[in-house]
Amino acid sequence: MAPITTIIESNKSYFNIRWREILEYRDLLWFLAKRDITVVYKQTILGPVWFFIQPIIMSVIFTVIFGRVAKIGTGGIPHFVFYMSGLVIWNYFNSVLGSSASSLIANSGLLSKVYFPRLIIPFSAVLSNFAHFLLNLAIFVVIYLYFFVNGSGFSPTWWLLALPLVIIYTAMVGLGFGLWVAALTTKYRDLRFALPFILQIWLYATPVIYPASGVVQPMLKTLIWANPVSIAVEMNRYMFTGIGGVGLSLILTGVGITAFVLISGLFVFNYVQRNFVDTV
Amino acid sequence: MISSQPVIQVENIAKRYKLGTINRSTFADEIKYRWLKLRGRDPAAALGKTGQRCARSKTEDFWALKGVSFEVKQGEVIGLIGGNGSGKSTILKILSRITEPTSGSALIRGRVGSLLEVGTGFHPELTGRENIYMNGTILGMKRHEIDSAFDAIVDFSGVENFLDTPVKRYSSGMYVRLAFAVAAHLEPEIMLIDEVLAVGDAAFQKKCLGKMSEVARGGRTIIFVSHNMAAVQSLCDSCIWISNGTIQQTGPCEKVVENYTRETLAKPSEQQLSDRVDRDGNRKVRATDLSVTYDHGRKAWSLAVSYESGQGSWNNARVTISINRATGGLVTYLDSSCIREFPRDLPSKGTIQIDLSSDVLFCPGEYFCNLALIADSEMCDHIVSACVFNVPDAPIFDWTKVPETLGTCFINQKWKLSRE
Repeated sequence: MAPITTIIESNKSYFNIRWREILEYRDLLWFLAKRDITVVYKQTILGPVWFFIQPIIMSVIFTVIFGRVAKIGTGGIPHFVFYMSGLVIWNYFNSVLGSSASSLIANSGLLSKVYFPRLIIPFSAVLSNFAHFLLNLAIFVVIYLYFFVNGSGFSPTWWLLALPLVIIYTAMVGLGFGLWVAALTTKYRDLRFALPFILQIWLYATPVIYPASGVVQPMLKTLIWANPVSIAVEMNRYMFTGIGGVGLSLILTGVGITAFVLISGLFVFNYVQRNFVDTV
Repeated sequence: MISSQPVIQVENIAKRYKLGTINRSTFADEIKYRWLKLRGRDPAAALGKTGQRCARSKTEDFWALKGVSFEVKQGEVIGLIGGNGSGKSTILKILSRITEPTSGSALIRGRVGSLLEVGTGFHPELTGRENIYMNGTILGMKRHEIDSAFDAIVDFSGVENFLDTPVKRYSSGMYVRLAFAVAAHLEPEIMLIDEVLAVGDAAFQKKCLGKMSEVARGGRTIIFVSHNMAAVQSLCDSCIWISNGTIQQTGPCEKVVENYTRETLAKPSEQQLSDRVDRDGNRKVRATDLSVTYDHGRKAWSLAVSYESGQGSWNNARVTISINRATGGLVTYLDSSCIREFPRDLPSKGTIQIDLSSDVLFCPGEYFCNLALIADSEMCDHIVSACVFNVPDAPIFDWTKVPETLGTCFINQKWKLSRE
């Protein structure tokens, strides 16, 4: 076998991503994801149960505040199912964005001592958060079935078969923005403090606690549909209940925006990571 | 198969770091900067005045490497030596691709394993077993490679009973042993190793050194960075000495190490002994001066040590001085505890004079002394190269006839011939 030849030089191109090398390190991708999953539960009493409790309690709070007190409509879907169908998607997006955004800074000790393709870290964030997402999804399905069996006036659509696509789409939106934030935080540290705040506002710009159909003001409507997370949330809700729905042109817009953010994010991250350890 | 091509070719590599504050480090600063620029004002001056940490003019460039070139052949074991901040770690970081060079290039033929730290990626919450896999994959091993080396790793580390315990419960010795065990079983063609031997107890260090020379004999190419000259000399065939970001000398190990010690250890310090900070010990007693002078009246060398005790008299005192040749090698060792008539309890401040006999002659050349002050068997002050002195050529001997290996000092002697 011919020896592997590596050339080390100042790499000024944005577009030079070594995909083959990332493939070589796939075992590391797996172990990093596994580490992040197991470490969360070590030394906790309830372990993975926390991931069941969190979306349930959030949905209960939303039901009480937005459903009972503020009386925001849900388009005929039971409040609990409505909020949870949105939260499942939102939480996955939120966690992928958060952990890929902090991937460089949080692992700076590791990165300054050993080389591996840096993109492995945000990629592993997609994987480890997927495990948490599955727990979230499982609890949602249980609650959904309970309401469905008791007859609440909704039924699943054939679109449900496209659920994996919606999940991948959600992960890619989170990863795309996460890569951008990770790249920018290496230079502007204050973005770390702004991020939770930005995500909070972002949640309100996503139809999680209100149906997209309830927004009629044209400017707000544009804003909501320009937000790629909205499409995933609305699609998820429609697939399970048949209520609401997203037009094809909106889906294509969302996919287009996401592809742009993700690809540019990959390049920007790849560019910044080269000399990241010099500036920590 | 050994190819004649060099496995590492480094060509004119330079690396620049930006010193001082990194400009416009917060988003607010960036916006202010752009705003001022937009209004046509000089942003550096305007922002600098208000004390913001963003003045662009403040950043200075620091060249850690200024054009370094060298080649390493297959199977060579190269030592990289140099003082702190000389740039040797930067070379290792560039070759292991942790950071990129600012200019220049390097070509590496073969798989590289770098060991810049022991236990990289160990997570305290994970068990020993989990960390072996974690650490191994981080260092570039594949899962099946770890599977097949697993038993050997566990065996080498000696922690088989604690494999399923989180490593945060390990003693620091166990932790280091496990970490080194993983690294020692990496099987790349080229290994880059930085000072990892500075951990663990003496016995384990010896085991590590043994493992490393085993690896070295196995035809692996190694670049080894260390301050431990003994380790460098026992492991490496040749050395590269780096100073201030440029290569000072390349060549056979003994020669380069010798020149390095001569230049760095045997170089007179610009500071007074009392001002020097490169010293160890609890400082309860401090040396304030050490001088070596030639007494022309006695025709012999004298040493004088001045000291100061922070807490009254210096009880159970012991002063040791080693005199070394700049080219390496101990000449003699002076120890107050060997001298029966010298007092054990000393006043809080004083100067001790040691007159060497005129019966001993030093070879011409440069020498340096290491000094240690001890109280109650505890190290109070230890200074390497506390004093440097030069011995001029003496008229009575022709030193050039003495091979260096046959002695570094001679007993004064008179030779007579009687005719028969």
